Amino acid sequence: MSPISATALRRAMQSFLPSLVPVRFVAEDGTTAPEPAGYTAPDEAQLREAYRRMVIGRRFDTQATALTKQGRLAVYPSSRGQEACQIAGVLALREDDWLFPTYRDSVALVSRGVDPVEVLTLLRGDWHCGYDPVATRVAPQCTPLATQVLHATGMAEAMRRRGEDRVAMAFIGDGGTSEGDFHEALNFAAVFRAPVVFFVQNNKYAISVPLARQSAAPALAYKGVGYGVRSEQVDGNDLVAVLAVLTAAVDHARAGNGPFLVEAHTYRMDAHTNADDATRYRDAAEVEAWRTADPLTRLEAHLRGRGVLTDEDVAADREAAEAFAADLRARMNTDQQVDPLELFDHVFAEPTPQLREQRALLAAESTAQEV
Amino acid sequence: MATLTMAQALNTALRDALTADERVLIFGEDVGPLGGVFRITDGLTRDFGEERCFDTPLAEAGIVGLAVGMAMGGFRPVVEMQFDAFAYPAFEQIASHVAKLRNRTRGRLSLPMVIRIPYAGGIGGVEHHCDSSEAYYAHTPGLKVVTPATPEDAYWLLRDAIEDPDPVVFLEPKKLYWAKEEVDLAPRGAREFGRAVVRRAGSDATLVAYGPSVPVALEAAAAAALEGRSLEVVDLRTLVPFDDDTVAASVRRTGRCVVIQEAQGFAGVGAEIAARVQERCFHSLAAPVLRVAGFDIPYPPPKLEHAHLPGVDRVLDAVDRLQFDDTPDVRHLVKGAA
Ligand SMILES: Cc1ncc(C[n+]2csc(CCOP(=O)(O)OP(=O)(O)O)c2C)c(N)n1
Ligand SMILES: [Mg+2]
Repeated sequence: MSPISATALRRAMQSFLPSLVPVRFVAEDGTTAPEPAGYTAPDEAQLREAYRRMVIGRRFDTQATALTKQGRLAVYPSSRGQEACQIAGVLALREDDWLFPTYRDSVALVSRGVDPVEVLTLLRGDWHCGYDPVATRVAPQCTPLATQVLHATGMAEAMRRRGEDRVAMAFIGDGGTSEGDFHEALNFAAVFRAPVVFFVQNNKYAISVPLARQSAAPALAYKGVGYGVRSEQVDGNDLVAVLAVLTAAVDHARAGNGPFLVEAHTYRMDAHTNADDATRYRDAAEVEAWRTADPLTRLEAHLRGRGVLTDEDVAADREAAEAFAADLRARMNTDQQVDPLELFDHVFAEPTPQLREQRALLAAESTAQEV
Repeated sequence: MATLTMAQALNTALRDALTADERVLIFGEDVGPLGGVFRITDGLTRDFGEERCFDTPLAEAGIVGLAVGMAMGGFRPVVEMQFDAFAYPAFEQIASHVAKLRNRTRGRLSLPMVIRIPYAGGIGGVEHHCDSSEAYYAHTPGLKVVTPATPEDAYWLLRDAIEDPDPVVFLEPKKLYWAKEEVDLAPRGAREFGRAVVRRAGSDATLVAYGPSVPVALEAAAAAALEGRSLEVVDLRTLVPFDDDTVAASVRRTGRCVVIQEAQGFAGVGAEIAARVQERCFHSLAAPVLRVAGFDIPYPPPKLEHAHLPGVDRVLDAVDRLQFDDTPDVRHLVKGAA
């Protein structure tokens, strides 16, 4: 066997390597940065739509946090500060593509068109998943870290084998990239050339553990290289850049070129969840510094600067978001009753004799209590 | 009728399933051109193509996680874990997703998939190749757990498992891979999936066994018959669903029960069976339900496995302890007695 030539090896490596600095289209003040090579900026209509969705997404997020304080939700993991990722991830996909989200990605689900009340079913404690994954092509929000990345790979492989030109996208956090399942998924996807996009939202923390404790890689995007997965890193608070890169990644996968790994550098402005105290592991100055990188104000300044967004547009979007939040509040303020007997109904397609017995026992208990 | 080993019966079941349903896919480690380390997938890649039966990278969580996604995407994956102990890396996928996806989504998503695992000992295997891991799976709600004891059952149980709308952990007793019998593969009527079977009728005591312990139970019953004791042998076939009816009916007839398992005894499936029998058949029992199980030790090295595995003698000793000669003391049943 003749060893691969150094030139061929270098070329192969380079085709997988991310750019040295995260891809960026828009500077923090909203002005246009020098256009990065290899990516096409989304058109103005798409950006206008992205802005509208980001406004709603942020409003949803603050509303969900408020509902937690009122005791309506057991817990809520906020993605405030990560909206560029949440919205771009959804906009890059076609409706018939599949999304595999985590607990962090409720805003993406809302943007995908999943009923926000159904998104919150899990956190309200009514059931583990409130929406129909098949109808929405959104897998249940996944809690066991990185496990969903393999499911996305399997789904992508299923679609590839049927000759469909559909893509699966898995969301994952920086901490999740340390899990074995993430690595197994990258490897499987590359070997099978599965049309899957791995989208890492590197928000710098896994609960309290900072990125430096998670990985010594120059960037998480480099993790794709060893598996032969095309990889990129992007400024995760620049919606224009995230959408440009994810669109390229989805196109790459759809065209049959195999998986694509995208790392977005972003920041979680709120604590891990409402139950977490972030002051124990990060200082206010750090959070303050990221405030100036806010993805929503950045896109707004950018679109205003380009004359795509007027004061009236902004006011109209905010008003729509308020109406959205009011509707959500109203619908979340009713007490939903879940029938405990349903607990036995979905364990198997056909309940076992033992489950039937236990169901009857609980039914008898509830009748006794009603008397 | 054909005479087949259990390995051949399993291979035939996979072939017939691949032919019957184009959504069936087989994948895992070395299952492709090699045909699996036990040759259960022998010739499948050759005859059905790499598209239907293929090797994956070497990662068990990856194999099961991929199968989850592919089952969500409309396929019916049948994956092989190379050995019992090498399925452990996949345990998170199995316990957190395979077992729960239907329930999590209120039945909107189901996972018709089979995880085949060669399991248990008796073949002189070195460490990590002989675990009886059935309790981990049987204890996990949402999984069906199957273990055949005969070639014919191996065929039908695997066909049923592949056709089942829910995930099945299919445990293959590797010491029985080479056991032969005449197998009837003519299409049957109603599915029997979930039903235990009385392998040998008897009247003095019931031996409840599954998978690798069934031949031990049958041998013990044959030996006991020579001494004039009539033992009934119940082969569970599926641990989940558990066939309480067949087991209880047998014990009510015989009045005595020994549960046999190769796995270590503590917190094992046998303990569950003993409890269920006692809960259902108390007034029919003339003696406590006894268990014959492996010791509570890590699986021994090959030269010592004979000391660990429950054999005929241990079963017969247990039968002897079923208090056949005791006179029942019913004083406590008489109201007002001192
Ligand atoms: C397998 C597993 N281990 C531990 C946890 C508990 N846990 C939940 S979220 C989290 C941190 C995850 O961090 P990251 O992947 O960066 O995602 P983020 O929460 O920042 O979005 C941990 C440790 C879990 N859900 N799953
Ligand atoms: Mg994180």
